[in-house]
Amino acid sequence: MKREIPIVITFLTGVLCVVAFFVPHPPLGGLQQRFLIWYAIVAGFTMILGLDSLVKYNIKKIRQRKQGWQYSYVLLFGLVLILVTGFQSWFEYNTPFELRSSFMYTYIHIIVPLQATMFALLAFFISSAAYRAFRARTFEATLLLIAAAIVMLGRVPIGKMIWDKIPVLSDWLLNIPQLAAKRGIQIGVYLGGVVMSLRIILGIERTYLT
Amino acid sequence: MTNFEDNSADIRDGEEYFYLVKVQTTSGFDESPKVGPVRSTAQWFNRHRMNVLVITLLVSILVIYYIRRAHAGDKLFVRKIAGLDAIDDAVGRSTEMGRPILYSFGLSYLNEVWTIASLSILHRVAQKCAEYSTRLLIPQYDPLVMSAAQETVKQAYMETGRPDLYDERDIPFLTADQFGYAAGVDGMMMREKPGAVFWQGYFYAESLILAETGHSVGAIQIAGTTSVEQVPFFVVACDYTLIGEEMYAASCYLRPEPQMLGSLKGEDFTKAIILIFLILSTALGTLGVLLKHFLNVDVLNILFGNIVQWLNTF
Repeated sequence: MKREIPIVITFLTGVLCVVAFFVPHPPLGGLQQRFLIWYAIVAGFTMILGLDSLVKYNIKKIRQRKQGWQYSYVLLFGLVLILVTGFQSWFEYNTPFELRSSFMYTYIHIIVPLQATMFALLAFFISSAAYRAFRARTFEATLLLIAAAIVMLGRVPIGKMIWDKIPVLSDWLLNIPQLAAKRGIQIGVYLGGVVMSLRIILGIERTYLT
Repeated sequence: MTNFEDNSADIRDGEEYFYLVKVQTTSGFDESPKVGPVRSTAQWFNRHRMNVLVITLLVSILVIYYIRRAHAGDKLFVRKIAGLDAIDDAVGRSTEMGRPILYSFGLSYLNEVWTIASLSILHRVAQKCAEYSTRLLIPQYDPLVMSAAQETVKQAYMETGRPDLYDERDIPFLTADQFGYAAGVDGMMMREKPGAVFWQGYFYAESLILAETGHSVGAIQIAGTTSVEQVPFFVVACDYTLIGEEMYAASCYLRPEPQMLGSLKGEDFTKAIILIFLILSTALGTLGVLLKHFLNVDVLNILFGNIVQWLNTF
């Protein structure tokens, strides 16, 4: 029964969602949206599980004096700070998202710059990855190098200065061969998704029940 | 104008509406007589989704047919997927180096199909880790996925007879922030120096930040994502990449039971039908243009237009 009941629930929910997709008439219309709201409510409560895991993991790190344990203090302090500012702003302005609130101050002046810093690292990582990818060791790699050079030059004004057809060639590469490959993968992804969903609904795929 | 379909979002079923056509002229406005009252009612079948229904039925029939054939004892061929074959080697290499293994779902949620596919791969990785007594780290972005991953790993360890190795603190929740997660996983990789890294799930701009850090610590990396935009980054930075549907095929590949293989075969057959349909439609469209240009015959053009319109109704 421990396995059968979840399989029956999955089957009924799956079939209902599929039928509701084609039948807009009540009570089926909007059913998928309602299920998503239920999911959001359950997911909201699981955030407590996440918090519990995060605190336990960092306390263990501090206790065992693992490498970088000092940063766990920073994390725990940040966690408390954001909670305190959130509640304080909520009491003061009825919402934590008021621009003058301490919560938004913390968000705008600490979290956003930290996010931007991480995102900016991408530029360096793209350079190192491109260096490895564009080494012309094989015929395919050489083709990739040439195509990439054309696309990159086509995106900047200097490309047009070198030869006015470079932007046209760049657009052709992006809109024809690149898009064809991309759509080929996408067809596979969508079909794979449909079949995977079918396997879940029919109870063939049961890994999630472990 | 003889027909008008009102697709405004604020139309309410059962309420009365009146329609008129108002035209601006040089001397002012002219109005047609009012038409109505009309009421909208919810329909029992959304005709705009007929094309989706046809394709869904086609896929379902083919999948069920091939599952039955597989049950009847037909041998079904599945091509080699290098990324999945490399799982055992990656875990083995990590064990020999005395390093842990890192597994990430990326920014996936539990209500997404690729997360379920990733759980199948995690199950296999966890079994191997338990077999070789290798530590498995799984930093998490979503608490629900964290719970599912913890249960999957626990089950895999129990199946291998090593429940003592399971530690739920090795599957911690980090943050639900995209770049916060990337920073946390990068930090974990720099400190723990994993010997093998698995990127299996949905990734966004953080994919290359993660994979390049994995490369810099010398880990063997096996990626898998259905995010078409991130595939090139993984191909460049990782040793193996499961591209799109290969990730969905993982559970069938790792557990080659007749019904799993049958469903995979059904999917491949549908893909073949779509491919033939695409080739025929392209030929039809091209022929239509040529006939129109040289013989002024419009039949094929109209037919092609109707097919495109039918496909675009959704």
